Amino acid sequence: MTTPYQQPAQGTQPPAPPQPPQQPGQAPQGAPQHAPQQQAPHQQAPQHTGQAPQGAPQQTPHQQAHYQQAPQGAPQQGYAAGPVAGYTSPIPIRRTHLGHAIASEWTKIKSVRSTIWTLSVMVALVVGIGLLVASGTNDSDYSDTPTTIPGLFGTLLGQLCIVTLGVLVVSSEYGTGMIRTTFTASPQRSRVLTAKALVFFAVSFVTTTVALALVAWMSSGMHSGPGVQEPTSKQMMGATLGAGLYVSLLGLLSLAVGSMLRHSAGAITTMLGVVLLPAILPAFLMMSSSLQTLGEKMQKYSSPQSLAALFQIDDELGTGWSQLGVLAGITFAALVAAYALLEKRDV
Amino acid sequence: MIEAVGLTKRYGAKTAVYNLSFQVRPGAVTGFLGPNGSGKSTTMRMILGLDEPTAGHVTVGGYPFRRLPNAPRQVGALLDAKAVHGGRSARQHLLCLAQLSGIPARRVDEVLGVVGLQSVARKRSKGFSLGMGQRLGIAAALLGDPQVLLFDEPVNGLDPEGILWVRNLMKQLASEGRTVFVSSHLMSEMALTADHLIVIGRGQLLADMSVKDFISYNSADFARVRTPDGEPDQREKLTAALSEAGGQVLPEQDGALRVTGLPLPRISDLAHEADVRLWELSPHQASLEEAYMRMTQGAVDYRSTVDQRAGLQEAVPGMAPQGAPYGYAPPTAGGAPGGYPPAGAMPGYNPPPAPPGQPAQGQPAPGQAPWQPQQPQAGQGMPAAPQAAAPAQPPAAPPAPAAAPAAADMNKRDSEDAR
Repeated sequence: MTTPYQQPAQGTQPPAPPQPPQQPGQAPQGAPQHAPQQQAPHQQAPQHTGQAPQGAPQQTPHQQAHYQQAPQGAPQQGYAAGPVAGYTSPIPIRRTHLGHAIASEWTKIKSVRSTIWTLSVMVALVVGIGLLVASGTNDSDYSDTPTTIPGLFGTLLGQLCIVTLGVLVVSSEYGTGMIRTTFTASPQRSRVLTAKALVFFAVSFVTTTVALALVAWMSSGMHSGPGVQEPTSKQMMGATLGAGLYVSLLGLLSLAVGSMLRHSAGAITTMLGVVLLPAILPAFLMMSSSLQTLGEKMQKYSSPQSLAALFQIDDELGTGWSQLGVLAGITFAALVAAYALLEKRDV
Repeated sequence: MIEAVGLTKRYGAKTAVYNLSFQVRPGAVTGFLGPNGSGKSTTMRMILGLDEPTAGHVTVGGYPFRRLPNAPRQVGALLDAKAVHGGRSARQHLLCLAQLSGIPARRVDEVLGVVGLQSVARKRSKGFSLGMGQRLGIAAALLGDPQVLLFDEPVNGLDPEGILWVRNLMKQLASEGRTVFVSSHLMSEMALTADHLIVIGRGQLLADMSVKDFISYNSADFARVRTPDGEPDQREKLTAALSEAGGQVLPEQDGALRVTGLPLPRISDLAHEADVRLWELSPHQASLEEAYMRMTQGAVDYRSTVDQRAGLQEAVPGMAPQGAPYGYAPPTAGGAPGGYPPAGAMPGYNPPPAPPGQPAQGQPAPGQAPWQPQQPQAGQGMPAAPQAAAPAQPPAAPPAPAAAPAAADMNKRDSEDAR
């Protein structure tokens, strides 16, 4: 009864089993005779309209040059026809690991303009302001401060670019919906966040440190002589690696905050508060004697003071590594919270 | 193979999906249907591990999605054409997804060729049209040569060429033995593409059956039987014979009989035994769209109504409201108010021409039933000049219906509803 309809012209479909069995109990009254014919309209439609049965001619067929063609003739059966051998890709499936995710995140971070913009603005600020300060000062200004100081002023502004980039690395995916595609392609969400954090941290650390080293090197070249205090290796380390580490950690904290808040504007605002409030609030806290110690602590660990300490602008501030440690602790805690929320929440 | 067991998802007080259990099997295109807000996308997201079910579980190939060792090689998904970072080029977008599962970069160029986006591969996807976005999403789904594919509204925004391509692609993927799970609102498209249907409404399973069963089950399939017009006694004889055999017989306006509950050959045999000549014996099958509307009309959350423009008019006492709320079951023969095409007018869903050697089927095909030539045309859904053929009709025939017979069918469906 059905066979006359099922012409051999069905290129895409291997011979269908004649008359798919009815699902018991679901075959409605009066249907059995009509039902088998029902298949015909679907299958014959292409013939009537003159369409090629296999794909649209303009379209490249779903070739699989690398992923070789699956053996044709896989049985096509209705649901009721029992178990069907599923398709298996001829290419063996390998377990994915963090390396894959890092490669992916590296492609992602370098293929959007926000990365280029924020990093180039940061470099322009650090190097530009650094050179301006270096050229606008005399050798005598460096009698008791190291020549690496000019890098500090650009870094104070430039850190905001790293904060922005850190937030955007995660929150732009939420904003565009890309995150759903990402987590579909890699349901191991923590691995994605780890890869993001590593790639972002490496990018921002290298960029910041190189920019700071450039400023330190040029400033030292511009100011040299008998009265100038040559930067010790410790001072050099603090002004380049230390400051680079501090700014990158701040960026990592932003990334964690961005992952928790999932909203670019909200996360950037929060991070501006984190960077600026500890510098502003102490002025108010100091007014009350009971809060004075809190204010002093806050001031000591605020971002401008920490950076100044890392540049060793003043012996009173210390070398800045304690501030770095505190920031690292806060960042670690934020990342732990971000991981926990990421695994728990719906995307 | 996708298997959901007791899947439930609550967002606060709202239950989006409740106790959903189904299987999506390989080797077939499974359509996923439901009105807006019925939980289709939520279900898709739970399958893909994006949302955690409140209760129940869903597995893909035996694993929960988030436990798959290399998800893109096993499951490809198109959830949302716009779920890409607009600032990234199409190629970079696919490349970062490929790298995530260790797929070589040359495969990216390959799938770009498959979906026909090579020429814009290096353009930022922000400027893509919806159709181009869909192609990009399909490319992402195909990247890993997966055995399970999920598509949420894949033909949205595609041009006719793209729709045809997607239709053939789905069928081809299924014929290779893959599991293909497609949600769509386009019933005509689903009728052409899907082999099996899963229908949900208000987050609950309404149907899980093959397309043909679904249509048969949710629409009144019937056989139209016409006895010679001038001989009412023959008609009564046949009515009695059919009723006795367990069929339900309803007279139609133009003198034909609508028979349900009996297969066509049986009707023919009964007529033969009763010594009644038949002028017509034809099957009538509803479209998928009709069947779907019928099934889901109780589960529609967002129902549009006729714009009465009463808020603009000055109040006229005693003004009758214009029109009825939209919905299925059109009350007039002129066509449904919601712009709903009459049955039989569904493109590509016409009854097939009768195969040679089966004249008893009474298929509305040319060459068959030569004494009533307008019937086959009308059966094809074309209300073409019924009056022109009127002289060929026997003199005792009732006036040929001016409206398209398809619309007349709907009228009768109404009367059946009232029954």
